[in-house]
Amino acid sequence: MSADTHAAHAGHAHPSYVKIWGILLVLLVVSVAGPFLGIRVVTLITAFGIAIVKAYIVARYFMHINIEKKYVAYLVGAMVILMVLMVGAAAPDIMHHEGANWHNQAAADTVKKGMAAGEAGAGHHEASEHGGTEHGGAAPAGEHH
Amino acid sequence: MSSTAEHGHSHGGGDAHAHGHDDHGHHEQGWFLKYFWSTDHKIIGMQYLFTGMFMALIGGFAVYVFRMQLAFPGMPVPGWGRVTASDYNSLVTTHGSVMIFWVAMPVLIAALGNYLIPLMVGCDDMVFPRINRLSYQIFLISVIVLIVSFLVQGGAFGGAWTAYPPLSAKSAYNLTPLGSTLWVAAVALEFVAFLLGGINFVTTLMNSRAPGMKMFDVPMVVWMIIIASVLFMASVGPLVAGAVMLMFDQQIGTGFFDPAKGGDPILWQHLFWFFGHPEVYVVLLPAMGITAEVITVHGRKKLFAYKTVLYTAIATGIISFFVWAHHQFVAGIDPRMANIFTVTTLIISIPVAEMVFVYIATLYGASIRLTTPMLWALSFIGEFLMGGVTGIFLGASGADIYFHDTYFVLAHFHYTFFPIAFIGTFAALTHWFPKMYGRMMNEAWGKVHFWFTIVGFNFIFIPLFLLGARGDHRRIYDPTHFPELMRAGMQDMRVIATISLLVLLAAQVVFLVNFFYSIFWGPKASKNPWEANTLEWVAPSPPPHGNFPEGLPNVYRGPYEYAHPDRKEDYWPQNVPPPEGAAS
Amino acid sequence: MSATRPIATTREATGMPTGRLAIWWVIASEIVIFGGILGSYIMHRLGHPEWQYQSEHTNTWIGAFNTFVLLTSSLCAVLAHEQAAKKNGPGAARYLMFTTLGGLVFLVVKSFEWTNEIKHGFTITSNTFWSFYYTAAGLHALHIIAGMIIMLIVAADARKNRELQRVENIGIYWHFVDLVWIFLFPLLYIAK
Repeated sequence: MSADTHAAHAGHAHPSYVKIWGILLVLLVVSVAGPFLGIRVVTLITAFGIAIVKAYIVARYFMHINIEKKYVAYLVGAMVILMVLMVGAAAPDIMHHEGANWHNQAAADTVKKGMAAGEAGAGHHEASEHGGTEHGGAAPAGEHH
Repeated sequence: MSSTAEHGHSHGGGDAHAHGHDDHGHHEQGWFLKYFWSTDHKIIGMQYLFTGMFMALIGGFAVYVFRMQLAFPGMPVPGWGRVTASDYNSLVTTHGSVMIFWVAMPVLIAALGNYLIPLMVGCDDMVFPRINRLSYQIFLISVIVLIVSFLVQGGAFGGAWTAYPPLSAKSAYNLTPLGSTLWVAAVALEFVAFLLGGINFVTTLMNSRAPGMKMFDVPMVVWMIIIASVLFMASVGPLVAGAVMLMFDQQIGTGFFDPAKGGDPILWQHLFWFFGHPEVYVVLLPAMGITAEVITVHGRKKLFAYKTVLYTAIATGIISFFVWAHHQFVAGIDPRMANIFTVTTLIISIPVAEMVFVYIATLYGASIRLTTPMLWALSFIGEFLMGGVTGIFLGASGADIYFHDTYFVLAHFHYTFFPIAFIGTFAALTHWFPKMYGRMMNEAWGKVHFWFTIVGFNFIFIPLFLLGARGDHRRIYDPTHFPELMRAGMQDMRVIATISLLVLLAAQVVFLVNFFYSIFWGPKASKNPWEANTLEWVAPSPPPHGNFPEGLPNVYRGPYEYAHPDRKEDYWPQNVPPPEGAAS
Repeated sequence: MSATRPIATTREATGMPTGRLAIWWVIASEIVIFGGILGSYIMHRLGHPEWQYQSEHTNTWIGAFNTFVLLTSSLCAVLAHEQAAKKNGPGAARYLMFTTLGGLVFLVVKSFEWTNEIKHGFTITSNTFWSFYYTAAGLHALHIIAGMIIMLIVAADARKNRELQRVENIGIYWHFVDLVWIFLFPLLYIAK
């Protein structure tokens, strides 16, 4: 219950914390630079691949999850997996606007309207107007049949 | 932790009246500090218990009013008056949410967990006593917020305990602009309280076990409450986020659940049931654990397969995360997903059935003492079985399309929840009452209460099964408006159910009188009236502050060593050292 | 610490201090809270290609700067832990103050950013993208505020060489808050 339990903890040979921080900053620069290439796949990798790498580095070298009791890593990992599974099971309903025997007309309309407004390049003016017009908009309950 | 100093006695000092209810006035701290500002796990457990009992009265009153309306539509209900459609919605919502969030959860998990975990693992308090107190205080605030929501303009929220948008999100639909938001806020606060409590329970079991208590020496009820707390912690997160989103939809006008603004109401259903289904097991597992304790103590027999029960409980917990969408079969979810969820739903009945088999095997050849707690535990197994078996119909996505939202569903989940929340609780309260208050409850009145409750309960819900099979829809406030719901015999069944409900409610008066009378005037109980093995029976009844005045116990064996062939007594407490030279 | 502290709080049957054990459980329950809102956002984002016209208005540079601030404050938190392990309470307290300062800078930058966006009409109700944007980042900001408050309390104790084990615990929490931002940043600022 006192700091000496971690004397052993922190005494573990670990690279300098400042060096880790430097690596994290380099990764940050990469993730910001990624989109400038303009290639979608590269952006996805530099954005989310690097986020995962950064998360791993922080968890390992700052939170010391690797020298913690094993079940801590299992616990945290299990929670992450649980969330992935939840999203995986819910996504087919949420990310699509139609499926077998149902279609979500209101959502499809929103997408169409938003795309049209976006392509017209009217940017944020349209955006703020959106909120206003759709308040009283199309029958909100008429989604899934 | 310096504030624990208010309990100015040192560890193990025999403060004989640390918590009895019959002696306030004769101690160092003021009454308020002792009962409302205590960090003692037993007092916090009692706070949860009595708050839960109070909320059960509210939930019970609500069901009385709306069942009267269903049996005698349009007639003024004594104690309420004429029930309007929006009254009906509010009452149904209040009954559902109160019974689950403010009765089953606080009593089964928080009250029993707080009371039993430190005693049963042999330590003097929770590892975070002040966080424990904070947990109860947040819970109390949630109760107050909920009660305030009954009184604000527009009345109590009427969108059912599942709070599906758009009904719950738009005040234009639910007509309770404030009530709905306060309801969501109360539920969210309650979650925070149980998150704090759950972390406390888990760390207490992990770190503060008595010396010698190994993984398989932990009493089953403690395991079950811990597994339930972990389930709760892992499942409630998305709904906490969802509650924030719903509140924003209600009050700020965002469109998280509004397709016209790019949201999706189905998302709420996923977030809700991702919590809502594990929640069933969150309350089921403690009740299962209570049953394990009661049938072993009153059956004088070792639990048939300790490890099997433990592993099946863990398996139940894990599988319970992958069944949630069976609540949404008619909501337009992806049919491929519906297939998967049908299969997982049927799979989850395997570990639960296995647990029940272990209990039946434990009872086989046991020398059963038919005490009141034993009656409750036995009836729990039988009644819960009914609930489980009827769930198979609903878990199959094809059959569910017909049964969805009928009284069949309602009867099914009451056959699970009533055994969990009431039968399980009564088993626990009658079993641990001598430990909690140092007195015995009256057995004869206990049995009267038992029989009237069980008979009443079955006569409420068997007619509702039949009604549901005939297509009676659960969200209809006046069945006389629908000729197809008034076919021959249907209204009679509604009346039978309501009259049985009145019997059931009246029987609870017997319990309350017995309970409170016995707290003050029941015959004194010895330390270990049931001759049980677990550590709480080593402490005096009621346990003083610090629990074990003779020093914290060590553990030498598992919790269910009854009728051991080498011993003269048929029980062998966990803390008794093995005889010299014997290989135990 | 008073003498009447329960024995329960001093036991360590798992071989891990109770405080640190509890912090990991807190983090586990926080993962599912943030997982819920981020998962909801991701699902919506995949179904709403038109949100690209909204997300192009978020300011990547401010987001990147805030990432930098949080990473740096995390570094300070871990350095504080190093000092605490050496029983150097005042040193640990000093690093904790730097960490708190990082949180403050983060919040100030964020408030300027939000003010600017709201002025341009991107309010929480203007579009569901912005609803998610403000809700997710707001939930995260609440965790920053809570962490800062606790950190100040821990620092005040640490300065007097008391409760040094808490320095590591609050550090682990702070790293977690940093971790959440590491995922929020690409989700809200980079994915255009």
